[in-house]
Amino acid sequence: MALIDTINPLLTTGWAKGDAGWSLKDYEARGGYKQLRRVLESRMSQDDLIAEVKKSVLRGRGGAGFPTGLKWSFMPKAAPVKYVVCNTDEGEPGTFKDRDLMRFDPHSVIEGMIIAGYAVGAKAGYNYIHGEIFEAYQRFEEALDQARAAGYLGDNILGSGFSFDLFAHHGWGAYICGEETGLLESIEGKKGQPRYKPPFPANFGLYGKPTTINNTETFAAIPFILGMGGEAYLNLGKPNNGGTKLFSVSGHVNRPGNFEVPMGTPFAKLLEMAGGMRGGRKLKAVIPGGSSAPVLPANVIMDCTMDYDSIAKAGSMLGSGAVIVMDETVCMVKALERLSYFYYEESCGQCTPCREGSGWLYRVVHRIEHGEGRPEDLDLLNRVTDNMMGKTICALADAAAFPVRSFIKHFQSEFEYHIENKKCLVDPEVQRMGSGFFKAGNV
Amino acid sequence: MVEIEIDGKTLQVEDGSTVIEAAHKLGTYIPHFCYHKKLSIAANCRMCLVQVEKAPKPMPACATIVTNGMKVFTHSDLAIKAQKAVMEFLLINHPLDCPICDQGGECQLQDLAVGYGDSASKYEEEKRVVPDKDLGPLVSTDMTRCINCTRCIRFTAEIAGFMELGQSYRGERAEVMPFIGKTVDTELSGNIIDLCPVGALTSKPFRFAARTWELSRRKSVSPHDALGSNLIVQTKHDRVMRVLPLENEDINECWISDKDRFSYQGLNGADRLTKPMVKQGGEWKEVDWNVALDYAAHALRDVAKNHGGSAIGGLLSPHATLEEMFLAQKLLRGLGSENIDFRLRHTDFSGDGKRVGIPSLGMKIADISRLDRVLVVGSFLRKDHPLIAQRLRQSAKKGAEVSVLHSADDDLLIKLKACVFAAPSQLPAQFGQVAKAVCTIKSVAVPHFLGELVVSPEAQTIAESLVSGSNVGVLLGNFAQQHPQAAMLHALGRLVSKTLGGRLGFLGEAANSVGGYVAGAIPGTTGLNAAAMLADSRQAYVVLGAEPELDCANGAQALAALAKAAVTVVLTPFKSQAMLDYAAVLLPTTPFSETSGTFVNTEGRAQSFYAAAKPLGDARPAWKVLRVLGNLLDQSGFDYNSSEDVRTEALGGNPEFVAGLDNAVDGVVMKLAPTASGIERVSDVPIHFADPLVRRSLALQMAADSAAPAARMSAAMLAKLGVAAGADVRVGAGGTAIVLPAQLDAGLPDGTVRIAAAHASTVALGPLFANLTVEKA
Amino acid sequence: MNNDYEKLSPEALRRIDREVAKYPADQTQSAVMAALVIAQDEKGWLPKETIAAVANYLGMAPMAAYEVASFYNMYDLHPVGKYKITVCTNLPCALSGGVHAADYVKTKLGIDFNETTADGKFTLKEGECMGACGDAPVMLVNNKRMCSFMLPDEIDKLLAECK
Ligand SMILES: Cc1cc2nc3c(=O)[nH]c(=O)nc-3n(C[C@H](O)[C@H](O)[C@H](O)COP(=O)(O)O)c2cc1C
Ligand code: SF4
Ligand code: SF4
Ligand code: FES
Ligand code: FES
Repeated sequence: MALIDTINPLLTTGWAKGDAGWSLKDYEARGGYKQLRRVLESRMSQDDLIAEVKKSVLRGRGGAGFPTGLKWSFMPKAAPVKYVVCNTDEGEPGTFKDRDLMRFDPHSVIEGMIIAGYAVGAKAGYNYIHGEIFEAYQRFEEALDQARAAGYLGDNILGSGFSFDLFAHHGWGAYICGEETGLLESIEGKKGQPRYKPPFPANFGLYGKPTTINNTETFAAIPFILGMGGEAYLNLGKPNNGGTKLFSVSGHVNRPGNFEVPMGTPFAKLLEMAGGMRGGRKLKAVIPGGSSAPVLPANVIMDCTMDYDSIAKAGSMLGSGAVIVMDETVCMVKALERLSYFYYEESCGQCTPCREGSGWLYRVVHRIEHGEGRPEDLDLLNRVTDNMMGKTICALADAAAFPVRSFIKHFQSEFEYHIENKKCLVDPEVQRMGSGFFKAGNV
Repeated sequence: MVEIEIDGKTLQVEDGSTVIEAAHKLGTYIPHFCYHKKLSIAANCRMCLVQVEKAPKPMPACATIVTNGMKVFTHSDLAIKAQKAVMEFLLINHPLDCPICDQGGECQLQDLAVGYGDSASKYEEEKRVVPDKDLGPLVSTDMTRCINCTRCIRFTAEIAGFMELGQSYRGERAEVMPFIGKTVDTELSGNIIDLCPVGALTSKPFRFAARTWELSRRKSVSPHDALGSNLIVQTKHDRVMRVLPLENEDINECWISDKDRFSYQGLNGADRLTKPMVKQGGEWKEVDWNVALDYAAHALRDVAKNHGGSAIGGLLSPHATLEEMFLAQKLLRGLGSENIDFRLRHTDFSGDGKRVGIPSLGMKIADISRLDRVLVVGSFLRKDHPLIAQRLRQSAKKGAEVSVLHSADDDLLIKLKACVFAAPSQLPAQFGQVAKAVCTIKSVAVPHFLGELVVSPEAQTIAESLVSGSNVGVLLGNFAQQHPQAAMLHALGRLVSKTLGGRLGFLGEAANSVGGYVAGAIPGTTGLNAAAMLADSRQAYVVLGAEPELDCANGAQALAALAKAAVTVVLTPFKSQAMLDYAAVLLPTTPFSETSGTFVNTEGRAQSFYAAAKPLGDARPAWKVLRVLGNLLDQSGFDYNSSEDVRTEALGGNPEFVAGLDNAVDGVVMKLAPTASGIERVSDVPIHFADPLVRRSLALQMAADSAAPAARMSAAMLAKLGVAAGADVRVGAGGTAIVLPAQLDAGLPDGTVRIAAAHASTVALGPLFANLTVEKA
Repeated sequence: MNNDYEKLSPEALRRIDREVAKYPADQTQSAVMAALVIAQDEKGWLPKETIAAVANYLGMAPMAAYEVASFYNMYDLHPVGKYKITVCTNLPCALSGGVHAADYVKTKLGIDFNETTADGKFTLKEGECMGACGDAPVMLVNNKRMCSFMLPDEIDKLLAECK
């Protein structure tokens, strides 16, 4: 079970029973769909609803941290056809919280989406689910059937006159569909190649209609916000960083998994909840917000609290809340090589700088890792990243550049050592044992 | 309007314009690859990055919408740095094989790369190699050069109407390709060659034929369909090496059809006639011009003297120039013949004397794009008029409603509102139903000849669509004009368009379908029309630029008539076995590329052009040959100094649009009951069989559109005949029969078999419109 | 398995129809991803004839369907073994043995990534993050079954289970 610990359970209240607690009646038993009922029965005005969300300072949990209430307020009022879309294409390496939300509490996402549909005046929604998590997709379909049967979805929900239906769209293996406009293209049955923006989805979204897109966790938080009030939710966290957040902790910790903590929880506390460093080894570096976020060396991250502002101040991003922990057994060149391969593999290929640059970066890092580095390579990598950043349709090119720049910035001497000595600074046998795959007696 | 500033220069542009459009207005060039004004915005190449005040990042000029007060810098450090960065990325995987690339000299990548010279790449990793693709006989690929701008893909999807190309895979492995095992078969395919900013897509027939800077170029006009596409004809040593579109927004925009682009191969074909020839004692001899001309003049004079001028018939190709047709009819009339016609594929001439003026498009070509309701009657639109179909395709996307009434449901790749497909003999009655419904909805008196018709739901839908428009067009296609009840279809079109305050248009069949009327190349009241002068064979014929067995409505009958004639004088750029059989004199005239002349296109625009190359061998422009013949026959008024003199006389000046156009018609006898029964022939004139020149382009003859004729029919017909698709059937008409493979064509009405015309294999079958017998072979 | 590549079974078409129903009436193309999955499940992989059949069924250009089939990782444009095992080797997994797990499978099966065992039983693929990094090492069997914490014993068990 992937919820390991929590300080202040909201989103994860329903996770306690794991696979046994996801169904409609469990959800209703813990107060589920009460907020939807309240909204509909009180005929809450759309403006009031959006104001409440604004008050909570809920910031998008998909990575960019954009204030959700504000995003909803961009939806044109008059448009006759609008959509709400949920982004469960969780593919950012290190992130695995949305999968568990789908598995353990799908109805909170459904309720959040229906309320969002009401708030922005949409009559239909889609949840785009990462290709690799078929079981979660199946469960969500089941949950939808339950909600439909119970009258939470469909025409005239709970006799309120409000109609909304929701469908699941299953991805099939493309990280770029996590980018919101790539995702829309994908729902339209095309390649997931992001669109140039503007126009933004709020004006030209799914099928060209105004569309609100939020992350799974963002939608899941909505019922809780309405339950406790925006203000109270905000106060759980810190100013400008409302509420609680799921953190997916992976890598060299004793208890990898998801943790729900209030925004502003010290990193050290999170690390402790994750059981501390595996085998008691020394922390070397942390990528605090998914693979696209710049890496931070141990000393820097240990001083951070887990919220948008603190991590940004330290020179990285809270991103999706994926905390990748690396200890001293890691070769930073090899680690970067794998990340660079990922962006090279996942670039959608439409923009010249990303299509060509992502491969260039990977090949150079690969060369260095394989003992064929040249002294000028680090400058070259910095120059190529510079030429990629800010020149493309979506942020994937930047996401490919950030790891390269930050790894070189913080671990320059390790890269230089590699180039000069044509081998890793960290002994390969030490690296090998670091993964924990080979236990005593194994292979 | 918004005011913006680009590199310190202010200007006003329309709301919603992009920065690149605004810059274009100023004459400021912003480098770009993926942007194309006729295609959707992709913003993928990133070459057009410019600096916009207050924007932290460089912005793509092609996708950035102007806002009031915006300040753009196209040459600032930020902009140049971004452009150089993109250029470097574009070049790292490029093969840099310019010296052997056909695009060399006209490559946007090469031009720009030179401009950013100092960004010599530091890329030392392995370069990408992309496998080439087989796109068919017209477009050659070097896909390693592709920069993935997706212009070619967007062209097929958006302009040609069907996504034949796509970008497969992703990231660095992204590859432009057709569906596995498919080629690019659109009749507009060559345009992707022009669109490709690099040498990834080049002309297959032109491959390695010349370096671009060795070519001389001349403006010209297409001799094929009635659009009159503007061309650039490129020659090397007086040989046409390549034909490209010359942009003209009012006509062909920036496109041309493959027929226009690749037919030039026929100009250089082995069967060009380069010496005058006469048949003496059954033997063909190459002779000097004066011998041949003397022979021709004498022969014609003798026939006129002995049998009267009416014993001579003149068959003029509708692809001949205005000047040629004008002189030919003048010459024939001088000989006392009124048997002159250029409407070689027509079968109904009962409208002669009833038309108020010269039939034409009835509007400007550009106006087609402004019609909001269109009914196309009797047209293989996409193949007969590729660029008019393209215009309607774009209109339909913007909301215009297009309906079709025809005998074959060929996919027009246009979103249709409604359609009716019926056997040829049913078309007038079907059209009549639409007309009746229109009259009824508009509450105008229903003419008596429509009284009996029962309006079908489809006809009602078409009528309702038309009535709901504010700018209605009824367009009569080639098939409608060739139809045995063409005059009735004309009259019905007139009725509908007049009732709706809309417009009636004829989609001209050939480059000079309007020009033929202007030149007077139709019979006088006492003369015989094209069909009549072949049905009732003449002593002598003058054939100008046509191959009657392929270009007339009844090829078999034409051959028989010519064979019977005592003398046939043929003015032709090509020789064929048929000509050697029936002719007495062959006078080598020049094709459009080697003469000056004028085509009057379907909207009535007179477009003149000069020769792009010197005549091949002893061939001479037909207008000169006719001038000499006129002189030899002692006819007056043949002292022209130039083809311009002829044009001035023919047009009564030098107007941009010819006078006398009017699509009104009066007094057609209307009898809408179907006349035929049994199995009817539906005959199309396939795009690459339509005229002597295109028939000689080897590359086009290998294209998908040049498939050999088959006996096409619906599944029900196949079942009724008990034959499987692919099996041979014997098709007979009027006593002769030919054997063709049966082919399934789900778009054909029951009771019809479609057999293409203008092909050697179907000549023997005779008339375009006929009742057929079909049986298992 | 149905080897008539140009034809989808009535059951497959029925399932595709159910996907089509999720989208607005004029947006059948939206169902192409699901339809290709259904077709792949039925044929074992996606031959061009099948892609064209899906495209025709949904009224879209075959090339548009091919773009989709070649863009997303989990469509197989070439035949694969009865069991396609995809191992996540991305960094978070690698930190907990993802690469080593892949190496282990390679040794056991005697094949490299993108290869199929001689008996046609197994195909091995390298995967990107599956959103399950907390369960590393993770593997996907035939696209739909996720296996977590794949240490040597678990891998042995999995391979033995695949008959
Ligand atoms: C390359 C790339 C990948 C992304 N992947 C995801 C993702 O997997 N899940 C997600 O919610 N947002 C992802 N995003 C962010 C989305 O574009 C979008 O901002 C987000 O879904 C908005 O939801 P939120 O406001 O609730 O965060 C990605 C963005 C980029 C540029
Ligand atoms: S930046 Fe990369 S992933 Fe994003 S649109 Fe451009 S090519 Fe595609
Ligand atoms: S082939 Fe040419 S036009 Fe097509 S994408 Fe490549 S570079 Fe662009
Ligand atoms: S021309 Fe603007 S991005 Fe290609
Ligand atoms: S990195 Fe393997 S599942 Fe995320």
